[in-house]
Amino acid sequence: MAKKRTIRTIPQQRTPMREQDARERATNFAEVACGYGLEDAMRESERCLLCPDQPCIRGCPVNIDIPGFIQKIGEKNFRGAYDIITATNLLPAVCGRVCPQENQCEGVCTVGDSLEPVAIGRLERFIGDKAIAEGWTNIPYMEPNGFKVGIVGSGPAGMACAADMAKAGCDVTVYEAFHQPGGVLRYGIPDFRLPNDVIDAEIRNLAKLGIKFECNTLVGRLFTIEQMIDDLGFDAVFIGTGAGYPTMMGIPGDSLNGVLSANELLTRCNLMRAKEFPNFDTPLPLGSHVTVVGAGNTAMDAMRVCLRLGAKDVHCVYRRSKTECPARAEEVHHAEEEGVEFHWLTNPVEILDDGKGGVRGMRCIRMELGEPDDSGRRRPVPVPGSEHEIETDLVVFAIGTNANPIMGQTSKLKLNKWGYIEADADLATSIAGVYAGGDIVTGAATVIEAMGAGRRAARNMKAYLGLRDADAPYAAESKGGAGKLFGIDARERNFVRVRVPA
Amino acid sequence: MSNFEIVAREDFSDVTYLLEIKHPLMARAARAGQFVIVMSHEEGERIPLTIADYDRAKGTITLVIQAVGKTTREMQQTCKVGTSLYGVVGPMGIPSPIGNAKKVMCVGGGLGVAPIFPQARAFKQAGAYVIGVIGFRTKDLIFWEDKFRATCDEFILCTDDGSAGIMGRITEGVKRAIEKHDDIDECVAIGPPVMMQGVAEATRPHKIKTIVSLNPLMVDGTGMCGGCRVKVGGQVKFACVDGPDFDAHQVDFDDLMTRLRRFVPEEKEAMERWSENCRIRGQVDKIAPPAPKESDLERY
Repeated sequence: MAKKRTIRTIPQQRTPMREQDARERATNFAEVACGYGLEDAMRESERCLLCPDQPCIRGCPVNIDIPGFIQKIGEKNFRGAYDIITATNLLPAVCGRVCPQENQCEGVCTVGDSLEPVAIGRLERFIGDKAIAEGWTNIPYMEPNGFKVGIVGSGPAGMACAADMAKAGCDVTVYEAFHQPGGVLRYGIPDFRLPNDVIDAEIRNLAKLGIKFECNTLVGRLFTIEQMIDDLGFDAVFIGTGAGYPTMMGIPGDSLNGVLSANELLTRCNLMRAKEFPNFDTPLPLGSHVTVVGAGNTAMDAMRVCLRLGAKDVHCVYRRSKTECPARAEEVHHAEEEGVEFHWLTNPVEILDDGKGGVRGMRCIRMELGEPDDSGRRRPVPVPGSEHEIETDLVVFAIGTNANPIMGQTSKLKLNKWGYIEADADLATSIAGVYAGGDIVTGAATVIEAMGAGRRAARNMKAYLGLRDADAPYAAESKGGAGKLFGIDARERNFVRVRVPA
Repeated sequence: MSNFEIVAREDFSDVTYLLEIKHPLMARAARAGQFVIVMSHEEGERIPLTIADYDRAKGTITLVIQAVGKTTREMQQTCKVGTSLYGVVGPMGIPSPIGNAKKVMCVGGGLGVAPIFPQARAFKQAGAYVIGVIGFRTKDLIFWEDKFRATCDEFILCTDDGSAGIMGRITEGVKRAIEKHDDIDECVAIGPPVMMQGVAEATRPHKIKTIVSLNPLMVDGTGMCGGCRVKVGGQVKFACVDGPDFDAHQVDFDDLMTRLRRFVPEEKEAMERWSENCRIRGQVDKIAPPAPKESDLERY
């Protein structure tokens, strides 16, 4: 047994991850961060103090046993590390890449109190990639329980929920409106951040659990949520349709042909492969001087896609300052390295017409930070007389989304005042047996938060169906007292489905 | 869902063809006014097409397609009975409300003739007096005249060159119908944007409620990308989830037509490249790469 680790004895510097050179990578769609090699991972695993407090587990939305898997890496037992991660997270290769670890596990890491935190995300990705390369999957023994579960949307929330329900023995079908599964992982996140091979591999793993993926299916319109329960024989349904409906600014010129949403740009490029036009039929608007409005992760993706498509210069216009910018620190850093020009504290007021329906420029105004607003961030206010023009021929809005209206239009689901599906703490909606989670409940958030919601919904769907949750600790039973049998709440068995007619 | 088999095909003219596709669930769900998004093959683009008809008993939906661009021309060659489309998703959009109007004018221009048919039939079944006004450029392009005659209480056919029916644009037919009937409650018009604009202007002075079905460029068709945004009454709407039906008197048609020209250079490039490939493969004897014209915008 090695000497006990202390903050003084562990490697002081975080192990760097190889990256493609910024100038080089801005011209291709290959992955930017190359991932840890074996030695990198071994060295970084030594930085974990295996502290008794384990704040990282609580910091993780799906509560991965982080010290546990890092210890296995230290023992060179990579399969063991994979088994630990996949006990709670089926998509390590995805999450290792796209989670905002600095706000989650790494943000609370004990090492981070005095040094740079352990690179948990990079280690997770190392194991995820290794599993794909080695063809590892963990297919638990599943006793079919006869329940049929429908999942609407094949993005991170739907995938996570589907996996848990399948592992509980349910017959799970996932519906996707697009022609390929993956949701935002497929259409939104570009290849250089999350290669399609990784998504394919993770979806193959889900299919091995017996999950059926039905693409080209627009739930709500082809059949409704109510019909899923009444006619199609689903015992429970999870809705994870994601955020929809991109916001446009509502300023003069925003319907010009050189103006589009980041969602459209990314969908054309990532899902429809417009970057390979004309080998693929979907075209993409190309700009030499691109301006992206907004500074979230989607904005960073849009800017970096434009660079790779050959834009001469790419500008980011954001009305607050860099401190308030909502994107992951690493993404902002990458975008800066690749040559994106940031205009902090700047807001567009008008998009200028080139006379042919296209864009010739954008008139902006400088902002300064005033009093804090509802979000706690200082509210930007325009500086009088500071209007100026930016030369641009393509404007991309990445300023958030509103709720997609399809579920509200086609079902009796209760919505909140913003149009998102109303769900209680258990993520149950107003229709019995129907659960919802992810962006369609919370508004735009992150991949891992959506996965966390999918898993939380799955836990409660199992309770609704009267299934014993294998993850729930047995200790709870002794406290449960009367009305509980083997940890199963007696009331759960005889759930009467009540539907209030409209 | 996968495997969308083509079970019937009919060619109305050199450029217009009908495909009947097996999709029992969609046949059951579809309503007048809705559309589908089609991908003909894995590398294809997603194109919105209005559902021209559906047969619940046979479990099929019908699309009428005009070969104007690369994808629709390619489909004209490859979509044979027994083959399958790579993707068909729908029915999308809000179904047209078939209200209690007593007298309705259903106007279809060019390819818009196909999707106006289920509306005319729905109004008829709801007990309305239905005036059908349909228009084509010339006699050879006419289709479904018999279906309309069998469904409508009154039927006006227009051709631009006068080779059949009354001579003139479809607005001529609309004007005649309005002259004859001063009690039309509602007008539904589907066709190229210029035609819908014309109809809107013809009904506006008479304050006839007029609904048009807009078909801008789309990608996902589920409200996610905003590519199909249109201006209606000064507000931005997404045709895919807020429409496709809108109040014609509120629609900014000039904006719609500008937005339809968004990818003209790319469409031309794709078309030329495809024609060249066809020539090389000898599949087609001669296809002149057409310069994009106004009529190419007529996606109906």
